[in-house]
Amino acid sequence: MSTDLSQYEVVYRRPEALTEVYTHYCPGCTHGLIHRLVAEAIDELGIRERTIAVAPVGCAVFAYNYFNVDGCEAPHGRAPAMATGLKRTQPDKIVFTYQGDGDLAAIGTNEIIHAALRGENLTVIFVNNANYGMTGGQMAPTTLAGMVTTSSPYGRDPHLAGYPMRVAELISVLPGAAYVVRRSVHDVANVNKTKAAIKTAFMVQMEGLGLSLVEVLSSCPTNWHMTPVEALRWIEDAMVPVFPLGDYKVAEAVVPLTKRTRAAR
Amino acid sequence: MAKELWKGNEAMAEAALRAGVEAYFGYPITPQTELLEYMAREMPKRGRVFLQAESELGAINMLYGAACGGVRCMSSSSSPGISLMTEGLSYIAGTEVPVVLVDIMRGGPGLGNIQPSQGDYFQMTKSLGHGDANALVFAPSSVQEAVDMVYNAFDLAEKYRCVVVILGDGMIGQMMEPVEMPPERPPLTEEQRPDWALRGAKGRPPRILTSLNLTAEGLERANQRIQARLAEIRKNEVRWEEEMTADADLLLVAFGTVGRICKSALRLARQAGYRVGLFRPITVWPFPEQRLHELAGQVRGILVVEMNAGQMLLDVKAAVAGRAPVRFYGRLGGVVPLPDEIAEQVASLAASLPGDGYRPARNGHQGVAPVVASAAVKA
Ligand SMILES: Cc1ncc(C[n+]2csc(CCOP(=O)(O)OP(=O)(O)O)c2C)c(N)n1
Repeated sequence: MSTDLSQYEVVYRRPEALTEVYTHYCPGCTHGLIHRLVAEAIDELGIRERTIAVAPVGCAVFAYNYFNVDGCEAPHGRAPAMATGLKRTQPDKIVFTYQGDGDLAAIGTNEIIHAALRGENLTVIFVNNANYGMTGGQMAPTTLAGMVTTSSPYGRDPHLAGYPMRVAELISVLPGAAYVVRRSVHDVANVNKTKAAIKTAFMVQMEGLGLSLVEVLSSCPTNWHMTPVEALRWIEDAMVPVFPLGDYKVAEAVVPLTKRTRAAR
Repeated sequence: MAKELWKGNEAMAEAALRAGVEAYFGYPITPQTELLEYMAREMPKRGRVFLQAESELGAINMLYGAACGGVRCMSSSSSPGISLMTEGLSYIAGTEVPVVLVDIMRGGPGLGNIQPSQGDYFQMTKSLGHGDANALVFAPSSVQEAVDMVYNAFDLAEKYRCVVVILGDGMIGQMMEPVEMPPERPPLTEEQRPDWALRGAKGRPPRILTSLNLTAEGLERANQRIQARLAEIRKNEVRWEEEMTADADLLLVAFGTVGRICKSALRLARQAGYRVGLFRPITVWPFPEQRLHELAGQVRGILVVEMNAGQMLLDVKAAVAGRAPVRFYGRLGGVVPLPDEIAEQVASLAASLPGDGYRPARNGHQGVAPVVASAAVKA
């Protein structure tokens, strides 16, 4: 017996900007969720056919398989430079990078700082999970003080191994950055805020206002050795105090855009 | 078209402009900086993209991004900068996107100096960074040749989806020579973009460009595809120049500007009665091994001259395959070998050869003619 679907309202479906494949992410990892938010924003802005994704080296290395847009894969940390090459030669396209914290905040620090400094019209989705996920949970620049990872087995000692790096704060002081915020996906309210920020970030690029960067606190249950629920709680309890959520830079021209995305929610 | 006086670095930049280059990314480094500066001046005038990157890492990855869009693009640097670029070059080769790169070599290792050198031969011909990657590498011996190489490089890079390198030394970059500039070509139109280029998935399935291939079989297939293209290059693009090889029983082998200096050395040695010829590889990858192998069967001895510690020497020895003794004369650190010292080396090689005791052909005149200043070196 077949059901007549036409009488139902569709309330949830796969965004067109996501391909119909299973991701390789670990159970409970929020990379997949963040992908969805990016895809929803792309759909809602109607930019799928002119968007180009630059995947990082890290857990999201296969992001180009998941976003239903043209995509490429940068050397570790170099996504902002690669994206610069794409965007400068195709200014009518929407180019975004999707990078982890090892990728963006360690090996690729130079590339992101200078992309921001030049005010490249790029959107950067920066996923902070406080460790190197792909290589099995080593210390990242964002690893919390005292946090045990496979390469800080006695806990990160800031005197020996440095302090957690606050990327949103760092990028926000660069004049070319137009929109720099930190969000989290540890509960529904924050997921919604993250979505609005990602959408704003793309709008900033569409308006040609400069670099937009959304730092998203993200869970890594596998390498944190937690259940998915514990991991979400740990974001809230341990990460948010070190990486406060908020808007670090909203250039004047961006303010009307944030009002629009907020109103649309 | 009339010839004009051009400085090597600027001439190559102008040649790229005329070939329709749409984007240039670079970072200052002597002795190639005038190329970047020329682009900084001229690209905006023609509505094209010039960007000074934060480093050569930045530059090569900007180039990588532009190339993924099917855009005619190039960069230039010198040895230390090329070292930084090798990561990106390996990715570019692995992704099979076309780029053009000019390397104006300087003395090394390390910071070395800014004098001309040929010390990047291994770096550019043996592997582009990690993995089995190769570029099509041209070695110009004059500014005109460098101009023609740059002008044609884009078509070749696009045809073979590979990296094309113009491997010059500091002399090529810095010296001024009369040049006939090629005609201006229009940049590519949207319809001319290759069918793999990332231009936005409008009305078609998305395209993906990556060097990642997690299965061993998959990556082997990708490598085989790359190797098949390189084999095509080997078949179609090998180039070299010969001078006075017909009757030669001694052979000079040198590339780039040293090849040109060897022409003066050859004249000196001929005047002194040595029947010497010159073999100058124009492509150093692929190396013109077959022709050199043939010539090796005809001569009594071979002298390889380079501005390094003996890098092309390995390719020469492999090509010669024991058919003739191979001697090496190299100057290091940016010292340029002069025609008379090379001619002396020819004489010394001849004297060392076994058998019936080699004598110069001209009546009784042993050794080398007096030093004659060479135009090539002065230029
Ligand atoms: C040049 C280079 N160095 C090191 C690596 C190994 N590597 C792959 S992924 C990775 C860390 C990625 O961590 P992160 O950026 O935090 O992203 P995540 O995997 O946590 O999402 C490293 C070090 C590499 N691929 N290339």
